[in-house]
Amino acid sequence: MKALRNFIDNIKPHFEKGGKFEKLHSTFDAFETLLFVPNTTNKNGVHVRDAMDMKRTMAIVVLALVPALLFGIWNAGYQHFMATGQEADFWPMVLHGFLKVFPIIIVSYGTGLAIEFLFAQLRGHEVNEGFLVSGMLIPLVLPVDIPLWMVAVATAFAVVIGKEVFGGTGMNIWNPALLARAFLFFAYPAHMSGDTIWISGLTSGEGIVDGYSGATALGAAVTSGNVDKFSIMDSFLGVIPGSIGETSTLAILIGAIILIYTGIGSWRIMLSVFAGGFLMALGFNAIGSTPLMQIPALHHMVLGGFAFGAVFMATDPVSATRTVRGKYIYGFLIGVLSIMIRVFNPAYPEGVMLAILLMNTFAPLIDHFVVESNIKRRLKRASVNA
Amino acid sequence: MSEVIKIKKGLDIRLKGKADNVFGQAQLPDLFAIKPTDFQGVVPKMVIKEGEKVKAGSVLFYDKYQPDVKFVSPVSGELKAVIRGERRKILEVVIKSDGNNESLDFGTSDIAGLGRDAVVKRLLEAGAWPYLRQRPYDIIARIDDTPKAIFISGFDSAPLAPDYDFILTGKEKEFQAGVDILNKLAEQVHIGINDEAASKVYNNTKGVNIHRFNGPHPAGNVGIQIGQVMPLNKGDLIWTLQPQEVAAIGKLFTTGKPDFERTIVVAGSEIKKPVYFHTILGAAISPYIKNNLNTSENIRLISGNVLTGSQISDDGYLGFYHSQFTAIPEGDEYEFMGWAAPGFGKYSISRSFFSWMCPKKEYRLNANMHGGKRAIVVSGEYEKVLPMDIMAEQLFKAILVEDIDKMEQLGIYELAEEDVALCEFVCTSKMNLQKILRDGIDLMIKELG
Repeated sequence: MKALRNFIDNIKPHFEKGGKFEKLHSTFDAFETLLFVPNTTNKNGVHVRDAMDMKRTMAIVVLALVPALLFGIWNAGYQHFMATGQEADFWPMVLHGFLKVFPIIIVSYGTGLAIEFLFAQLRGHEVNEGFLVSGMLIPLVLPVDIPLWMVAVATAFAVVIGKEVFGGTGMNIWNPALLARAFLFFAYPAHMSGDTIWISGLTSGEGIVDGYSGATALGAAVTSGNVDKFSIMDSFLGVIPGSIGETSTLAILIGAIILIYTGIGSWRIMLSVFAGGFLMALGFNAIGSTPLMQIPALHHMVLGGFAFGAVFMATDPVSATRTVRGKYIYGFLIGVLSIMIRVFNPAYPEGVMLAILLMNTFAPLIDHFVVESNIKRRLKRASVNA
Repeated sequence: MSEVIKIKKGLDIRLKGKADNVFGQAQLPDLFAIKPTDFQGVVPKMVIKEGEKVKAGSVLFYDKYQPDVKFVSPVSGELKAVIRGERRKILEVVIKSDGNNESLDFGTSDIAGLGRDAVVKRLLEAGAWPYLRQRPYDIIARIDDTPKAIFISGFDSAPLAPDYDFILTGKEKEFQAGVDILNKLAEQVHIGINDEAASKVYNNTKGVNIHRFNGPHPAGNVGIQIGQVMPLNKGDLIWTLQPQEVAAIGKLFTTGKPDFERTIVVAGSEIKKPVYFHTILGAAISPYIKNNLNTSENIRLISGNVLTGSQISDDGYLGFYHSQFTAIPEGDEYEFMGWAAPGFGKYSISRSFFSWMCPKKEYRLNANMHGGKRAIVVSGEYEKVLPMDIMAEQLFKAILVEDIDKMEQLGIYELAEEDVALCEFVCTSKMNLQKILRDGIDLMIKELG
């Protein structure tokens, strides 16, 4: 490590002010701080600091995504071999999924980080770590058969329009990863919905077992009116078609445990999303006038992107509400709206994405009212005492 | 027995190098200094020149904005140097002690017979007025004000902080006299004491309202205690001071001589033998760290505690409001892939480092930032360590955009830097929150007076 440190110290002057590569300072800094936690010390104020920093925060979130990713890779292979009617062992499935999923991840990270570096360079500030998470989230919410160029376009859109125009990580209004998905959803609906895109190889149709439908549970529910083909257990484990990372509620729950235990993800938001969704679904069950309304509440929780959205998307601290009480309201409304969109709008069976983006928009308003209530409480205290 | 007020939010940072309740032996230093930078908002005007002789209690400088507030020499000797920084700002007024410890005598009188004006006058001329600090703003009290109460925190809950129970043992009489004096300045005197300590001195003091507190730091911060007992509203005024200062005021009135003797604790992971010392206000740190430091790497010396203290060099001095020297490793080194390491020895309030597996461990924390400054991303961090009904993040944002109305509405009057020090400690984005708060307070003073 000493040698590496010496090497960096040697080339560092070139990237400082007045050096040959002064313009690449941000890029150099990003790599340097990735390799070595910097030696800066506290000058004023506190002399000791919590060891937590943004890199660690983002790294933990990526770690929490790993179970969903690994399962998604396996499931991509599993679904493929099921659709083609072939027998395959565990490893061939993983290999097939890996070859499908890995390029998407590479494209997502490549595009996004290139833009992040470019903007940091232009603005002359440090490269932000936010994209480490977004770059992983984007592949996980996309169908496995998505063309790679679309991944690149969507990522570029999300990073530039979703984040950089607002000033970068910490300033954005909407969750960048969801924005990427929403962009694709509306710009290329044919590639983002339907019965064939969720399983690799189904779009081209080669060697598919006759009559095999690759519809997701929600897609099937819209057309056939029920989700009987997808048992709660299968949906919970995730052996169903769907976006790469969203199918296994179990894998997502492992991620949720990591996030909650380390204190990085907000359990308040996760809990209230599930509570809101569950209550809404129960309410629909009670009415029960359409087949979609009759899907049991518990089943709703494990279908589609509901769990993934609740755990990884709604909890994005930048686009969520920032006050404690605001988090309960925000989460609850996401849950309610997700199920409502699901049930009432068959054109968009995936309600979670729209619900979260909508509530992202309203998060500052919710916070505003929570802050106002704090202000009122303080004023009241003053007038009681006076 | 009054009710115990439980503080739930907060954090006790477990640092290595806590002092035992014993006294160490050390020669008093030759040099002492009063640092005008310890006093928020004070613009010092020197009264004497370098080389002039002083006694303990002789005026060194006064405040341009409150000329009656005098700052006096803690020892007898001569004015050695006035150290100036950028734009000739006075940083340190250094006195070379002659070792005789002669002090001015202001005469004694029966405390019970003194009126408020006489008390104020004596405090001012003997240089004891700066002990009184006001909330809001945490600045030296204004002479013409009458506060609604005076509040003393009887214990310090900061990391490695001194144990005032131990320090005040034997000073019961002075403390009682000090409280009697304070009772002439305001209608009520309150003391917040640690429920888990014996607090003999406080419990035996007459003429005070005692409040018991239980919980982690910042339970010992006077601002937090005020917030629990009588939260500050707009227009309210409360004065605060520290236990040793109460005793010093008591001694001033009982003996007629200004008292600058202090007991300090010298602690921290880099101190070989963390113990208490008897010393005098403004003492140089040198005798207390001589042969008492682990010297394997660079060391950060702090007057005060690791959260709110100020960095000093090895020939630096004790701050006016400090009862503590702390020494920790500087930590000015690179750490390979530190953000990805499991981090058994790292301290974090989040459980993202494996150090949560050893909850009782004491840490040797250094002054490294552990990361780079970022925009605020993580939410809800500050509220976990600030036991007040204050939306800290929103308040800081209001300060950053200089929105005075919002600052007032969100409760800036209730806070001082020390109260948000823990917020700064836990901040993932490494913001300098104490500095931000002080900037906000300065703006309030400038705009509202």
